[in-house]
Amino acid sequence: MFRGNIDRLVEPPLRLVGFVCVAILLLILLFLVKEAAPVLTSGGWRMFFADSGWYPMEGLFGILPMLVASLAVMLGAIVIAAPIGLGCAIFLQYYAPPVLAKLFRLLLSLLAGMPSVVLGLWGLTVLVPIIGSWQPPGTSLLAAIIVLALMVIPTMALASASALCAVPDSLMNGAAALGLTLRARICYIAITTAGAGIRSAALLSMARAIGETMVVLMVAGNVVQYPSGLFEPVRVLTANIALEMAYATDLHRASLFASGLLLTLIVLALAWVAARSSGSSKQYG
Amino acid sequence: MADRLFSSAVWLSAALVAAALLWIVADLARLGLSHISLEFIFSAPENAGRSGGIGPILVSTLLIIGVTLAAALPLGLIVAVWLAEFTRRENRLGKQIRLALDVMAGIPSIVFGLFGNAFFSIYLGMGFSILSGGLTLAVMILPVFIRTCEIGLAAVDNSWRQGAQALGMTRTSAVWHILLPAAAPAITAGLILGIGRATAETAALIFTSGYVDRMPESLLDSGRALAVHIYDLSMNVTGGDPAAHGSALLLITLIIILNLLAQGFSDRWLHRRFAT
Repeated sequence: MFRGNIDRLVEPPLRLVGFVCVAILLLILLFLVKEAAPVLTSGGWRMFFADSGWYPMEGLFGILPMLVASLAVMLGAIVIAAPIGLGCAIFLQYYAPPVLAKLFRLLLSLLAGMPSVVLGLWGLTVLVPIIGSWQPPGTSLLAAIIVLALMVIPTMALASASALCAVPDSLMNGAAALGLTLRARICYIAITTAGAGIRSAALLSMARAIGETMVVLMVAGNVVQYPSGLFEPVRVLTANIALEMAYATDLHRASLFASGLLLTLIVLALAWVAARSSGSSKQYG
Repeated sequence: MADRLFSSAVWLSAALVAAALLWIVADLARLGLSHISLEFIFSAPENAGRSGGIGPILVSTLLIIGVTLAAALPLGLIVAVWLAEFTRRENRLGKQIRLALDVMAGIPSIVFGLFGNAFFSIYLGMGFSILSGGLTLAVMILPVFIRTCEIGLAAVDNSWRQGAQALGMTRTSAVWHILLPAAAPAITAGLILGIGRATAETAALIFTSGYVDRMPESLLDSGRALAVHIYDLSMNVTGGDPAAHGSALLLITLIIILNLLAQGFSDRWLHRRFAT
């Protein structure tokens, strides 16, 4: 019969293309490791954490100040974005009338689709002067935190909203029948039931925040130093790569690739914990 | 009391986000609108972009997106079809592919830039070129495109597959004539997501397609994308802000136009075949 034959003819090439996807990922990892190899083999990670600072011209590659700055920016952004994003999710799910909810969802996806370079431009020309007139120079940890928070709020809000949406109606109705007010139902039933999903939304937002380049590059000031205050300029790992790749050679270039590798590992760890967290919530439902 | 406080907090957080977005859009319109004219859109940049227009940059941007789609669209569709229609969920290669895509989706865009620079630009010898930038973006948008298409195909009701089988159609022709058209909205959504990401991307392009703002003569020429132009104007060119705002406004408009085009195109390609 002809019937099975064409399928049998078509399937192997498709499978081969599928395999290409896996090959691409291996290729990415291979090239990152290959380019970073000079650093990984000579002195290795130790100099990343032991060198006194980031002076590539003198052969000092201490990335610790930038790593701390990256973490500070990420934590600051999530401290702002998590409560506001969760508030938006609760608004979408329980408070907004249908028309308003639809409109608000559109607005969130508009904000999510805003190119990061445009957000950075806005931060640099509008927000930074405002902060600067109060606490010069303006390009600072705070500016980066605020613009990044704006950027990840849609992620936080939409992911939390879908976690809240998955809370069984029977639980909420039962609580209402017991006379719990809407606030009590949300705080004690919805949020605890959707807890794992909300946690994973926050982790995904953090992964986006630490992986973001343009916004931080444009508004954070790019001075390599430990963040000592909200109004101090800092440089994060992603911005460092963008700033120095153009002229980096040899060990310098290798150390930029190694810091890219480190960033990828951090993001993947966050995403992995997020996936595990939302996976465990499925058992509940 | 606690109830009222809680509901005001919820309304406040929503209002805050809406206000922030309005603030951003209003600022961009206020600062950028006066800079936009037909001449700005079509003429070449002068004086490092402070004056003149963005004609060559728009051409480079569209070429980069063209390369991205030419590479990602067939590859992505094929993988999505294979994952959704030709394997069982517990297939080992299928699982590996899904894992690989999940990992790829998590890689920061600047790291894709590093990879593109090392692999396409240097190892394959493409140099700083539109081709290298477009292919880097293709790798970057592949996971989200495949995932959306796969979910779309999986969401097509099983009765369609059974109907096709009852008519004696092969799996291949069922996919081509029935399932792909039926999943068209999801494929469009994936396309739109991908185009949005590719057009908005800056970090992955700085070291792959480069900075050159001349009119590109071939895909192997370096070409400056609009997003890179905005970055360069605001960070490296003093007095470049007005042109940067104009470009930012155009970038957002471009994303909206490309989305509408993608929508219209896939409607025509997929729906018409469905009707006949």
